[in-house]
Amino acid sequence: MSVLVDRTTRLLVQGITGKTGMFHAEQSLAYGTQVVAGVTPGKGGERVLTQYKGGVPVFDTVGQAVSTTGANASVIFVPPPLAADAILEAADAGVPLIVCITEGIPVSDMVKVKRALSGHPSRLIGPNCPGIITPEQCRIGIMPGYIHKPGRVAVVSRSGTLTYEAVHQLTTLGLGQTTAIGIGGDPVNGTNFVDCLELFNDDAATEGIVMIGEIGGSAEEDAAAFIKARVRKPVVGFIAGTTAPPGKRMGHAGAIISGGKGTASAKLAALRDAGVHIADTPSDIGQTMARALRA
Amino acid sequence: MKIHEYQGKDLLRAEGVPVPLSKVAFSPADARQAAKAIIEHTGNAVVVVKAQIHAGGRGKGRFKEHPDLGGVKVVKGADAAETVAKSMLGSTLVTIQTGAEGKLVQRLLVEQGMDIAKELYLALTLDRATSRTTVMASTEGGMEIEEVAHKHPEKILRTTIDPAVGLQPYQARNLAYGLGLTGDTARKMVKFLLALAPAYDRLDCSLLEVNPLVVTKQGEVLALDAKVNFDDNALYRHPDVEQLRDASEEDAAELEAKNYDLSYISLDGAIGCMVNGAGLAMATMDIIKYFGSQPANFLDVGGGATAEKVTAAFKIITKDPQVKGILVNIFGGIMKCDTIAQGVITAVKEVGLKVPLVVRLEGTNVELGKKMLDGSGLAVTTAASLRDAASKIVELTK
Repeated sequence: MSVLVDRTTRLLVQGITGKTGMFHAEQSLAYGTQVVAGVTPGKGGERVLTQYKGGVPVFDTVGQAVSTTGANASVIFVPPPLAADAILEAADAGVPLIVCITEGIPVSDMVKVKRALSGHPSRLIGPNCPGIITPEQCRIGIMPGYIHKPGRVAVVSRSGTLTYEAVHQLTTLGLGQTTAIGIGGDPVNGTNFVDCLELFNDDAATEGIVMIGEIGGSAEEDAAAFIKARVRKPVVGFIAGTTAPPGKRMGHAGAIISGGKGTASAKLAALRDAGVHIADTPSDIGQTMARALRA
Repeated sequence: MKIHEYQGKDLLRAEGVPVPLSKVAFSPADARQAAKAIIEHTGNAVVVVKAQIHAGGRGKGRFKEHPDLGGVKVVKGADAAETVAKSMLGSTLVTIQTGAEGKLVQRLLVEQGMDIAKELYLALTLDRATSRTTVMASTEGGMEIEEVAHKHPEKILRTTIDPAVGLQPYQARNLAYGLGLTGDTARKMVKFLLALAPAYDRLDCSLLEVNPLVVTKQGEVLALDAKVNFDDNALYRHPDVEQLRDASEEDAAELEAKNYDLSYISLDGAIGCMVNGAGLAMATMDIIKYFGSQPANFLDVGGGATAEKVTAAFKIITKDPQVKGILVNIFGGIMKCDTIAQGVITAVKEVGLKVPLVVRLEGTNVELGKKMLDGSGLAVTTAASLRDAASKIVELTK
């Protein structure tokens, strides 16, 4: 079992003819993902990655790609100035799951995208995220596939490499993952912690949940409230940025303590209060989950 | 990105937002000229000389060289403006936001004096909970909004802007009347708001704070201060804004890092860090503290770092005289560990290594990367995990 993506997922890649898009389309294919289409305006009719069973057809529009191939998920690798348009094009074409990897999209573009998607059936993951993976079934994004193994623990995180850190430990300890989702480091994103927790909570195969947050905003506090009210599976939490100075953006556009809000200590307190098992360091995430599952 | 008050006011003026008559001055002679022109125009000899630095609390701040002088000085006449300008320019202003070292004042704003009846607070910023721009207003102008939020949360009015339609007149009226304004002044406040909100959008601001927003005894509504911060992600579509950058206000190492597309922030500790990924970089700082030391910086080399980028990053870290040890922590997913190892070896050969270096590699080609480091003959300590790496570097720098 898994959430959102599995071996039946039919993936299309927006920006497939770019360097990053092509590289990761190939990585996903090699991982066993069904990559059924690519979209690059002006390059419709081409066929790329032909070393994989006939290759991947390229279309000019997402609409054409969906109606021809039945794609039901899209991953976006277009540059920041074009990303909002790409998200909305995928939504308009009826793609149920849109994963936007692009980092550096203007906040005001995402404010408008979020408004346009409110009430729309498409789900957006990201932007500025590593993507989503169900081990040995479907890889959408930029994560190194080989560190993942099918298993019992779901992972949700605002950070890419910290997710890999957690996933690697879960794999090494033999716990594995059901599905791992990177929700991204931007202040305005499509899917938040609560959305993922709800999915994981309802997923029968998921026995425990790892949640990795960081400074900035109040998504972790919202997650804590949800966990307290609804989640009965063990949750392991880690918050990055205890030593971050206020008023400075720590790499991620959303990782900033402003006006005394969004501190790591406030988030840790909320998670502790919700009964979340806190990992003191990122090296302890796997062990903390192993202990929580034994208890 | 941050800009100076005078630059913010110029932008607002161009957007139709009422601001006082004012002019920037780079020398005492400039200040005299500006004051003279303003006084001639207004017929009022009172002008205000304001130090321009990228930090708040200027009015209550004090100059190191002139302990009685604050960063905002009301004077009468052009001669007095020139005298004050002489004291301020080239001096160091210490405010609650600058830290003890203060900031060198190189620019001044000379502004018309105002008969102030009321000081209000107004700001636009992103509300992350709703993913929309929010307007905050308060009758407690001149105070830090955090303080108001803490002591009198009921005194902060808020309204959320729907990005599909922008700030509506009724929302502006609710704010104006909510602030206790009436009649013509309320109408002027509505006009002010309806000019300010689109400016926030058009300029891709991340914060637009007017504190104080003043109502004069004559009933005018004006921005007496303007703090305008921009969304760095959107600067590509505002080349004119990018030109307003004052490099002397920014950290030299941070600027240099930006040239290499590295995300770097200077901190006060003794252990330099180089990490891939923002979250892991923060977590690495945290674990250094967990083991009893402090990080000297935040540095994210990004997901697609090349050996050249790693070399540049290494040079920036070693330039910091506070650095007593270096921790490299890489989870190579797409980025290969041998690339990192090559970058570290090249950098050390180029700039030398005077402090302990601990490298923790994990992920793609990890064995190859470790082998390269071990075979390089450099004094590099390798570590098995982040925990191991952090405890080792803290131990080595004790």
